[in-house]
Amino acid sequence: MDLSAINPILLLASLMVAATPILLAAIGELVVERAGVLNLGVEGMMITGAVCGFIVATATGSPWLGFLGAALGGALLSLLFGLLTQFLLSNQVATGLALTLFGLGLSALMGQSYLGIRAPAFPDIHIPLLGDIPVVGPIVFQHDPMVYVGLGIVAGVWWFLNRTRGGLILRAVGENHDAAHALGYHVRRTRMLAITFGGACAGLGGAYLSLVRVPQWTEGMTAGAGWIALAIVVFASWKPGRLVLGAYLFGGVTVLQLNLQAAGVAVPVEYLSMSPYLATIAVLVIMSTGRAPGSLGRIFHAAR
Amino acid sequence: MIVLDKRPQPSRLWSYAAPVLAVVLTMLVGGVLFAALGKNPVAVIRTIFLDPLFSEFAWFYRPQLLIKGAPLVLIAVGLSFGFRAGIWNIGAEGQYIIGALCGAAVGLALYPAETRWIFPLMIVAGAFGGWVWAMIPGVLKVKFGTNEILVSLMLVYVAESLLAAMALGPMKNPDGMGFPGSRNLAQYPSAANLELVAGTGLHWGVVAALIAVIFAYVVLARHIFGFQVRLAGQAPRAARFAGVDPARMVLICMGLSGALAGMAGLFEVAGPAGQVTIDFNVGYGFTAIIVAFLGRLHPVGILLAGGLMALTYIGGGIAQSNLGLPAAAISLLQGMLLFFLLAVDVLTHYRVRFAARKVA
Repeated sequence: MDLSAINPILLLASLMVAATPILLAAIGELVVERAGVLNLGVEGMMITGAVCGFIVATATGSPWLGFLGAALGGALLSLLFGLLTQFLLSNQVATGLALTLFGLGLSALMGQSYLGIRAPAFPDIHIPLLGDIPVVGPIVFQHDPMVYVGLGIVAGVWWFLNRTRGGLILRAVGENHDAAHALGYHVRRTRMLAITFGGACAGLGGAYLSLVRVPQWTEGMTAGAGWIALAIVVFASWKPGRLVLGAYLFGGVTVLQLNLQAAGVAVPVEYLSMSPYLATIAVLVIMSTGRAPGSLGRIFHAAR
Repeated sequence: MIVLDKRPQPSRLWSYAAPVLAVVLTMLVGGVLFAALGKNPVAVIRTIFLDPLFSEFAWFYRPQLLIKGAPLVLIAVGLSFGFRAGIWNIGAEGQYIIGALCGAAVGLALYPAETRWIFPLMIVAGAFGGWVWAMIPGVLKVKFGTNEILVSLMLVYVAESLLAAMALGPMKNPDGMGFPGSRNLAQYPSAANLELVAGTGLHWGVVAALIAVIFAYVVLARHIFGFQVRLAGQAPRAARFAGVDPARMVLICMGLSGALAGMAGLFEVAGPAGQVTIDFNVGYGFTAIIVAFLGRLHPVGILLAGGLMALTYIGGGIAQSNLGLPAAAISLLQGMLLFFLLAVDVLTHYRVRFAARKVA
């Protein structure tokens, strides 16, 4: 074992990359949950996004179009969830699970002929000046563009939720859908929009795995990332700022265990690979005090 | 404009008709999907749903129905209690793995002793393993208010890693020439879960599943606990006033589903699977969720739904080898079934009415 082989700068730099797919999926789910909808299908939408993004990117040779396709794929799948929960008033927990099972099957079917191919390269950008700062530069300012797009989306969501009228309506719908309905807000429309946004973000997160992080398509490649994203929303107490902290914390654990594996620590690989999931459980235990949106998971049926 | 009116009572007719309609819709849309994949839809549907029962090789497939159906029914019966009470144990797959590991550990530790107490001991160990694994999310929910859905699911991934570690490490067959995987328990008479009647597929897991169905039926219909479960699900506030302790409810429901899933894992590892291997689990824990819902969370319904789902596994296997249908198409079909069921269920709880659009 040689722990000195682990370069702390590289470790911190890869932390941001490891956290990005979770961050993207989690910020989408955060908006969905703030609107009062619990979509447990994040894993299914992520993996569908991963395969859609991969197919589009290899067909067109453009990772950007791939990400666009992934967002569309995730959003389309989430519309199915929206149709069932908002219009056919089905149980959100069960429907979310169905979405995950369906998405896993669908993605495996779609991705059959794409196994073993490499995704088109998605080069890192080197931000001038900022990227040249010693230590901080390589850690923060020398990544692929999606890392910054993800952070941009988080900032945008924060601004939308806390500084705009639309955000206020969305939060009202999530806190008490009957009151929001009585005030004349469109509960269903708001929620459908939120669900679609959540699906698109989950799709982007999945595509980040298949286009940047791995970058290949394999069946079941999300390996619980969607569920971890759900956990991080709880950890963040439904606040965008803390979501970044949660995602990076998780990214840190993932990267550290990968580095320990590479450094040949005397613990078998199988035990090390448990650590992200155990860390998520620990985080849930410590941070289960946050208050969930009032109408989270409840069915809205306007009697009049 | 279509308006939904909530029914005062769920429709009895639709609660029976909805699963049937969902299956029919799945066959139709599945047929379109198979046609899109360039297969003859009628042939594929017939292969999946009828050939395992009525083809000339049905004598080979019918026993498989019991072997695949038993773990699904056993797990789903356990899950149905929690699902009725609003306690969501999604990690049955993990409890299934841990049950199999604990049970197999007992059997492997006692190898090559031959007494008839080994197999019962393994069943107890399997149930205990599943129970412990399910108690983790249960206790965390009661003590810290953590979300049992997420914790139980995370533990599936932990269990899968543990399974890999065991199959490659402590449980590896010392006489296995270095191949991963444990000794074959099916070839160790005192620990084997063999067919009770040769050629029928009837093993102890099938017996346990049937006992679980009867037990669940009696408890739900006749016992105070069954009443409390139904009350907690339909009217949580009323349940609290009636003195139903939510914490006790969580622990019992999680523990029960975990123990049954663990037992299902043990029966599988000691019989049909035989060995602890890296990919020993095949997703029964997740498919059982579909079975539980398709069976309306009712023991008898679960028995029928388990049979149907076992059929899609076997028929899917036949379609895969005979017609070249991709394996993923079957899991897609299973997911679709749950979707359609949830969609059609709107008719059970609401009355559909066509009304003129009014100014609000």
